[in-house]
Amino acid sequence: MIIDKLEQSLRPPESKMVPYPAKYITLASGEKMVVHQATREDVPCLLEAVRPLMTVEKDFYDIVAARLYAELLGYYRYRVKDEYCLVGTIDGVIVGMVNGRMVDEKVGMSYHTVAIKRGLRIGAQLFAAKMEYHLDYLNQEEVWIVAESPIGYRRWMIEYELESRPSAWHELGGVPTHVLTKALWEKHKAMKCTGRRPVPPEMLETAKKLILPSEYPQIPGFKR
Amino acid sequence: MRKVGVAGVGHTKFGRSDLPLVDLLSLAALEALDDAGIKTGKAHEVDQVFVATMGAGMLNRQSSVASALVDTLNLQPAMAETVENGPASGASAVKLGYMAIASGMCDVVLVVGGEIMRVVTGWEATDFVATMLHPEAEYNYGLTLPAFAGMFTRLYMDKYGVTEKDLAIIAVKNHENAVRNPVAHIQLVPNLHAITEDEDANVINPYVADPLRVYDVCPVSDGAAALVLCAMDQADRFSKKPVRIAGIGQATDTHVVAERKEPTDLLAVRLAARRAYEMAGLKPEDINVAELHDAFTILEVAISEESGLFPRGEGHLAARRGDTRVGGRIPINTSGGLKAKGHPLGATGVSQIVEIVRQVRGEATGRQVEGAKYGLAVNFGGFGNNVVATILAREE
Repeated sequence: MIIDKLEQSLRPPESKMVPYPAKYITLASGEKMVVHQATREDVPCLLEAVRPLMTVEKDFYDIVAARLYAELLGYYRYRVKDEYCLVGTIDGVIVGMVNGRMVDEKVGMSYHTVAIKRGLRIGAQLFAAKMEYHLDYLNQEEVWIVAESPIGYRRWMIEYELESRPSAWHELGGVPTHVLTKALWEKHKAMKCTGRRPVPPEMLETAKKLILPSEYPQIPGFKR
Repeated sequence: MRKVGVAGVGHTKFGRSDLPLVDLLSLAALEALDDAGIKTGKAHEVDQVFVATMGAGMLNRQSSVASALVDTLNLQPAMAETVENGPASGASAVKLGYMAIASGMCDVVLVVGGEIMRVVTGWEATDFVATMLHPEAEYNYGLTLPAFAGMFTRLYMDKYGVTEKDLAIIAVKNHENAVRNPVAHIQLVPNLHAITEDEDANVINPYVADPLRVYDVCPVSDGAAALVLCAMDQADRFSKKPVRIAGIGQATDTHVVAERKEPTDLLAVRLAARRAYEMAGLKPEDINVAELHDAFTILEVAISEESGLFPRGEGHLAARRGDTRVGGRIPINTSGGLKAKGHPLGATGVSQIVEIVRQVRGEATGRQVEGAKYGLAVNFGGFGNNVVATILAREE
C-alpha cells in the first residue's frame, strides 16, 4: 500500500490527449505503410525493435535508438508526462517509429524518429505524421524539434524551414532548438504529409500485431 | 593508328563511401589490374594513368589526384594526368587513354574515374554541379541541372507527347536493372502505379523540377570505376581477350543553352555518336546494348534518339513497348544507369564502359544481353555541350 502511494506520487499527471487516428500511405515500392498510435502495452515489443540499432554508429542510429529506448521506457513505466509513440508497419512488421510528448496545450516536444526500413522515405512520413498529430489533432501551436543526425537536420530544419529558437530549451539537451509553427506546417503540409483514413479494419488489425523486423539493413547479416 | 582494347575492368560499389577519394580510386584500379592479370607494384606494366574527377578540388579539396593515385598504387614512374571535363570526364579520360596507345606512345594505360560527393548536402552537390553552366548567363541566375532538365522535359512533352508515366517506366526499368547489379547504388524497385498515379504519389515521389519528380533524377553517389586499356597487338599479355574500342566520337555545343537554335536538339550527342559509328564502321542498328547518360529520365529518351537508336520523337514509345528492357530490341542502361546505379560524376563515363565490356564479355550476370557484340556508351557533359560516345566490340 505504501509502495502504491509512493509509485502514485512518482507518476506524472496525465492530460487528456485525443488519440492519433490511424492512416495508411502507399510507399514508392507499392507497399502500404500503416501509421498508428502504440499503446503502453506495445512498448516491450517496440523496445525489442529498437534494441539492435543501439550499436549502429552510422547515421547516428546509436544515439537515436538509445535515447528512444529510454524514452519508451519512461512512457512504459509512467515516468514521462503525456508521451506518445506512433508506429509505422508494413504487413504488421515494424518499419519505423516516432515519439514525442505534449508539454502543455500549446507546445509539443518532438523526441525521435527512427526508420528501420530505408530508402522509402519512411522516416520522413513518420515525422510528418508526428507533426500532424501535434498540430492538427492535439491542436497545438508549435512543436519544438532538435536533430541529432545530418539526415534529420536536412529533412526537418531545412525542408520545413523551421524557425531557429536557440533560447528555447529542448528536453534532449542544449542542442539548438528549432520550431515548427502552425504557419510553417500549413505552408509545407501538402507536400510533406499524406495518407488515407480510415484504415481498412483488416489492415489495421494486421498493423496492430507489431511483428519484429527479421532484418535490419543497418546491420548486415542480422537475422532474428 | 594501333587498335586499342579494354583488358581489365574494376568497379566499386556506388553509394556512400567513408573512404578518402584516392583509396576509393585505388580499389577500382586494383580490381581492373587484377582483371587484366597484369603486374602491379615495382614490376608493374602501366605506362600512363589518367584519373577522371570533376569534384576532387571543389568537394574534397584535393588536386593532382592522378599523381597521388600513382604513388598509392606504387606505379611510378608511370605518366599521370588528372582529367576534368564535367560529367563527361570519365569518357574523356578513356579517349585520352585511347589516343596515348593508338599513337604508339603507350602500350598499357590505366583509366580511373571517381568521386566522393556525399561529403556535402544534396543542395551543395547540386550547386557544385551547376558550376559547369555559364557563369553569367546561367549560374548567376540560379539555374541548376535539374532546372534545365525540367524545362527540357516540358518542351519534349509538348513536342513529342512524352508523358510523366513514360518517364516513370524508364525509371522503373533502370531500377529493375540496378537490383541485378551488385555495385549499383539504389537496390530498390519503385512501383509504377505508386510513383505516378497513387493518391500519395505527390508526396512519396514529389516534384523536383516540374515535371520531373524524385524518381526521374539520379542520386548523388560516391564511387569509382577503372579500365585497363591496352594495344590490341599486345593482347596476349593479358588474362582475358581485350574488348576492342571500335569507335570514339566527341562533340561540343554552345555553352549557353538559350543560344541553341532548337533547345530540344542535342547536337553534340548526334555528332559524337555519328563520329563514333563512322570510326567503328557500324550503324545504330548494329548496336546490341547501350549505356546512355540518364542523369534525368528524359535524357535516356533524348539520347537514344540523337544517337540513332530510335527515330526522333519515338524514344519514349520504344520504352513503352519494352524495347529498351533486357530481352528487348535494344536494351538500354542494363547497369541501372545513372538513375539507379548512381552518378559519381567522374566515374560515370568509365562505369558505362565497364558495363559494356561486361556485356560484351558475357559477364553481366542476371542482366546479360544475349549475344551482345557491339555496345554504345554516351557520356554527356554540361547540359549537352560536351559529349563523348564510345563503341566497344567483341573481337571474334
